[in-house]
Amino acid sequence: MATTQLRAAATEPQPTEESVGVELRGVTRRFRSSRGDEVVALRGLDLSAADGEVLAVVGPSGCGKSTLLELLAGLGDPDEGSLAAGGTSSREGRLAACAYMPQRDLLLPWRSALANAALALEVQGVPAAAARRRALPLFERFGLAEFAGALPAELSGGMRQRIAFLRTLLAGRPVLLLDEPFGALDSITRAAMQEWLAEALAAEPRTVVLVTHDVREALYLGTRVAVLSPRPGRLVAELAVPSESPRPRRETVTDPAFTALEEQALAALEPPRP
Amino acid sequence: MTAARRLLPPALLLATGVAAWQAVASLAAVDDLTLASPTETVAALADDLPLLLDGALVTLLEVVLGLALAVVFGAIAAVGMHLVRPLRRAAYPVLVASQAIPVVVLAPLFVLAFDYGLAPKLAIVALICFFPVTVNLLDGLRSVEPDLLKLMRSLGASRLATLRRVELPAALPSFFSGLRVAATVSVIGAVFGEWAGADEGLGRLVLLANNQLQTPRVYAGIVLLTLMAVGLFLLAGLAERLAVPWRRTEDAEA
Repeated sequence: MATTQLRAAATEPQPTEESVGVELRGVTRRFRSSRGDEVVALRGLDLSAADGEVLAVVGPSGCGKSTLLELLAGLGDPDEGSLAAGGTSSREGRLAACAYMPQRDLLLPWRSALANAALALEVQGVPAAAARRRALPLFERFGLAEFAGALPAELSGGMRQRIAFLRTLLAGRPVLLLDEPFGALDSITRAAMQEWLAEALAAEPRTVVLVTHDVREALYLGTRVAVLSPRPGRLVAELAVPSESPRPRRETVTDPAFTALEEQALAALEPPRP
Repeated sequence: MTAARRLLPPALLLATGVAAWQAVASLAAVDDLTLASPTETVAALADDLPLLLDGALVTLLEVVLGLALAVVFGAIAAVGMHLVRPLRRAAYPVLVASQAIPVVVLAPLFVLAFDYGLAPKLAIVALICFFPVTVNLLDGLRSVEPDLLKLMRSLGASRLATLRRVELPAALPSFFSGLRVAATVSVIGAVFGEWAGADEGLGRLVLLANNQLQTPRVYAGIVLLTLMAVGLFLLAGLAERLAVPWRRTEDAEA
């Protein structure tokens, strides 16, 4: 666990309390469908991630993974149960503790890559020029300096996702919530992006909740993997991943220990036989 | 596509139309007082140019100032309705219903209220242009994806920061669509305003010429009014290209 690891200086988050992890206790969330039926997205979910841990949540489509992140991010409240992020359980507290990265990059087409990332600082009151100056070192550190001036439409999907991740980092929050960050990418780009993210997280350690439907991605990036059932999402398995990240992806995913864990996760995901 | 290849089809269509017009006007059965031919129209344009241009300048001023008023008040109304939901709920249906009022019949009333001169013309132009500007800007402001608004909320952005950095820029293309529509109808508004009572302007000139059976001058006036509307439309398009440069990059990618 990375509890004692020193945080990198560039975007140092200011944890308000001792524990900056994430905790869910008996969280239930219901919706009304357009036909008026009640849909239970999450039922009695218990989950936790300690400070610096990367919790990967894997489950089939529609198991309430995105709902889970929106609740944690403070964009909604659960119907039952309680949840906390960054040591606070109030909705405003969670909103201030978490940086949320949605599935799509949602970059503003009229802003350059640098200005898009700097948006996270600008909305906190940093003047535009100063925000860009503060974002630039991060671009240099992650090898994106030459793309800083490009408009989103000029960038590939993988590159746009990297910019979106830098925007998330620059928000300066202790907890990162990543919703299928590479879901829209082709498998080759995706593998490269997973390696890039592993390195980025090693350089900028945070408490992370990563939601994905890709078991390999979860095992490769997570220090712990939670497997959810189909809707309503409940916890069906929890796997600890022995980690010395970042690891080269190809070596890792072919490691027998890794494939054994993958087997376990896939078995947990399998629907019960009739 | 090059500009020449883009302009060729409409130019051909226009030329065909003008040729047909000339042919019909030259028929023996067609009275010169009923229909002026293109050549007579061009001759009238050349002969009366100083007179026509004086009138056109007055009308252009009415149109531009009226449009400016519509943009200012339309922007205030759209942003207000966007930010204050009860206001939108109350005002939007009324705004749509107001379009059923034939603005033309209001022109004489405005002249009664505001006297001859510039004011009633501005009022009529602004009234006609207000609707397309307001409705398009409001639609643009509301077209921002819910996910993007969630992201802004999660980044800690205030309502005004989201409006300024996301919603207003995102609404620009839609605003300019409205402005282009407004630019073309604005000239119609100015003409009606002048018909209701004026002592100068191109619309008044056309009305007088019609009463005096100077048909070629009427046609020359119509040509100038059309050119004015087309010019304003193109100007609005140019302004859009300057204000919304990212759209071209996106289109090139698509």
